[in-house]
Amino acid sequence: MPLTFYKKPALVAYVTCGDPDLATTRDIVLAVIEAGADVIELGVPFSDPVADGPVIQRASERALKQGTSLAQVLTLAAEIREQAQSTGLIVFSYLNPILCMGMEKFCKVARAAGVDGALVTDLPVEEAGEYLRAMREHDLAPVFLAAPTSPDARLRRIAEASLGFVYAVSRTGVTGQRQQLADDARKLVQRLRRVTKLPIALGFGISNAEQFAEVGEFADAVVVGSAIVDTIERNRGGEAVAVGAFVRGLFARSYHPAAYAR
Amino acid sequence: MATSAKATAKVGNSRSLDFAAPLRGKGAASLGMTDRGSSEPGRFGVYGGRYVPETLMAALEELEREYEKAKRDKKFQARLDELLKTYAGRPTPLFFARRLTEKLGGAKIYLKREDLLHTGAHKINNCLGQALLVERMGKHRVIAETGAGQHGVATATVCALLGFECVVYMGTEDMRRQELNVFRMRLLGAEVRGVDSGSRTLKDAINEAMRDWVTNVRTTHYLLGSVLGAHPYPTMVRDFHRVIGREARAQILRAEGKLPTAIIACVGGGSNSIGIFYEFLKDKKVQLIGVEAGGRGAALGDHAARFRGGSPGVLQGTYSYVLQDSAGQIALTHSVSAGLDYPSIGPEHAALRDAGRADYVPASDAEALEATTLLARTEGIIPALESAHAVAEVVKRAPKMKKSDVVIANISGRGDKDIGILRENLKID
Repeated sequence: MPLTFYKKPALVAYVTCGDPDLATTRDIVLAVIEAGADVIELGVPFSDPVADGPVIQRASERALKQGTSLAQVLTLAAEIREQAQSTGLIVFSYLNPILCMGMEKFCKVARAAGVDGALVTDLPVEEAGEYLRAMREHDLAPVFLAAPTSPDARLRRIAEASLGFVYAVSRTGVTGQRQQLADDARKLVQRLRRVTKLPIALGFGISNAEQFAEVGEFADAVVVGSAIVDTIERNRGGEAVAVGAFVRGLFARSYHPAAYAR
Repeated sequence: MATSAKATAKVGNSRSLDFAAPLRGKGAASLGMTDRGSSEPGRFGVYGGRYVPETLMAALEELEREYEKAKRDKKFQARLDELLKTYAGRPTPLFFARRLTEKLGGAKIYLKREDLLHTGAHKINNCLGQALLVERMGKHRVIAETGAGQHGVATATVCALLGFECVVYMGTEDMRRQELNVFRMRLLGAEVRGVDSGSRTLKDAINEAMRDWVTNVRTTHYLLGSVLGAHPYPTMVRDFHRVIGREARAQILRAEGKLPTAIIACVGGGSNSIGIFYEFLKDKKVQLIGVEAGGRGAALGDHAARFRGGSPGVLQGTYSYVLQDSAGQIALTHSVSAGLDYPSIGPEHAALRDAGRADYVPASDAEALEATTLLARTEGIIPALESAHAVAEVVKRAPKMKKSDVVIANISGRGDKDIGILRENLKID
C-alpha cells in the first residue's frame, strides 16, 4: 500500500483537478510527486464548496467550466498511478458527487484506478456507516477530519473510523493561507496523540517552508493545498514547473529535497 | 463510544491500511439510502441528517442540547410566547376572503395573515425563538443568510432587540431585486455582506454564511432561516413555526366548525408551509399542498421546483431533493421570487412527499404575478411574491372544488419588498 509517510514531516499535496484542465493537472501532480510529495489529494471540484476559501473556490469554478467530473478525476487517478507506484492517492471530495455516482460504484472504480483512500469534507463519522462499509469492502482508506472544536469523544470516534492517517484541521475556518499557525494546531495534535497511534497530518493555512518546518516538529505530515492552487493560478502556461519549484522550496528548512525526490 | 485499545493499536502499528477497525455508531445504514425511521432525531424517513465539516459538529451538538433543554423550560416558552404576542403581533388573523371566493366560484377561501406580523413575514417566529437560544448559549454574534430579505430583516430586528452583533449574507442579485430590504437591515444596524459567487442568490448566501460560521463558530450563532441545513435546524425551525398551524386549526374550527379541505402554502426551503401543515398532519382528510417556484419553464435552470426534475442528494448539510446535473453538481435555479429561488427543499417536505401525505405543485412566475394583482384588487392585500405562488394555486384549484369545501392559503409575507419587481413586470404605471 502506498499510503505511507516516507519522511518526517511528510508532504500531503492537494490539487483541484481540472484547473486549468485535466491534462495540466496530470503534469502538475507528476511534478509534485517528483519534487517529493508522499501523498496526493486529488480534489474533485464542487459547485458549492462550503469548506473552502476563495482560492479553491475559484479553482473549482474554473474546473467546473471545463466540465470536470468525479468520473474524470478517477480516470486521471489511474493515469497517475501508472506513472507513480509508491505515492499515496486520495480522492478529496464533497459528498454529493460521490452520492450521485453511487457509493459502491465510486469505491469500485477508485480501487481499480489505484486510489488508496478518500476524504469527504462534509461527511462526519455519524453519517458514514454505508461509506465505511463500501470503503472497507474495496480496500480503501477513509480519512476523516478532526477539528480544534471536536471534543475528545469525537476525536476517538474519528480516529477509530480513519485509516491511513487522521487529517487534523489547524484552526476553525475554511481552507486558505494564513500568516501564523494557530495555537489550536499543536493542542489538537496532542489531543489526537492520546487517542490514536495513526499518523497525523496537519492542514489548513500552511504555505511556506517556515510553517512546514514548524508543523514538522509535532505532526507526522503537512497538508498543503491553497498555496499550491494559488501557484497554479499565478503561473498560467507554466503550472507544473512552478508548482514543482514551490514544493521543493517548502522543504528548504526541513531537509534536503534531493534526498527524497523521486 | 469507548475505544478498543486493541483495535487502536492494531491500526496504528503499521502505517499502512488496516481494515479491521470496527464500525461503530448508529450511522451503520446511513447516507439516506436505508430508512432509519423517522424516530431518529434529525431524520425524516430517509431524509435529513447532518452533513457538515467536522469543525461545525460540536456547535450543532451544543445547539441541539440547548434547544432540547429550552423546549422543556417553561420560562423560555413563556418568554417566547410573550414576545410573539407583544412584539411580533401574534395571533395573526384568519381572514375570510369573500370577494376572492365569489370571483373564483368554488371553495370558501381563508387567508392566514402571517404578512401582518412585525417585519412583514412569518420569519420573525423563528428568529425570536433562535435569538432567545443565542442568549442562553451566551453568544453575542449572529449571522444569517437571506434570499428575499425577509429573514435578514427579521434577524436584524431580533438582534437589535436583544443587542447582538448581526451580519447578513445576501446574494448580489437578490440585493438588487430586494433593495428595500437591504436598506431596512442596514437601518436596523446589521451589516449586509454581498455574495458574488454562483448564481448570486440564496444558495450562495448560505455557502458564505456557513464559511463564516466555520471560522467564527466559537462566538457566533448561525440563525438559519428555513427548515434546511443540518440537524437540528429543520426540526427546530419547524417547531418555532408550528404556531401558525396551531392558530389556524383553532381559528378555522371556530369559523367553520370543521377542518379545511385543503391548506395551500408556498415552499422555498419550506418553513411557512411546514409551520402551517404540521398541526394538520394527523388530520388525514386535510389535503396539504405545497407550491414550488415553476419559474419561466421546465428546463433545468429555469425553475426551482425540486419535485419536478430534482433527485435526492446532499446540499448544505441535509439530504433531500436537489436540482442537480448528472455528475452531482448543483444546478442554477430561477424564480421571480427570491425567497423560493433555491435548489433544495426542507427534508421533512421530501418525506411528506414520498409518503404521499402532502402534494407539491409548481406555479410559474407569470401565474404568481397574476395572482398578486388579483389578490390586491379583490381583497386589498398585496402578498409577497413567494406567498403569491400559494394564491396562484388557489386560483387554479378553488373553482374546481365544491362550495362546501374550505381552503386556507398561507399569506406568509407582504409584498411591499417586491414593489420594484412588480413595477418591472406588471407595467401598470
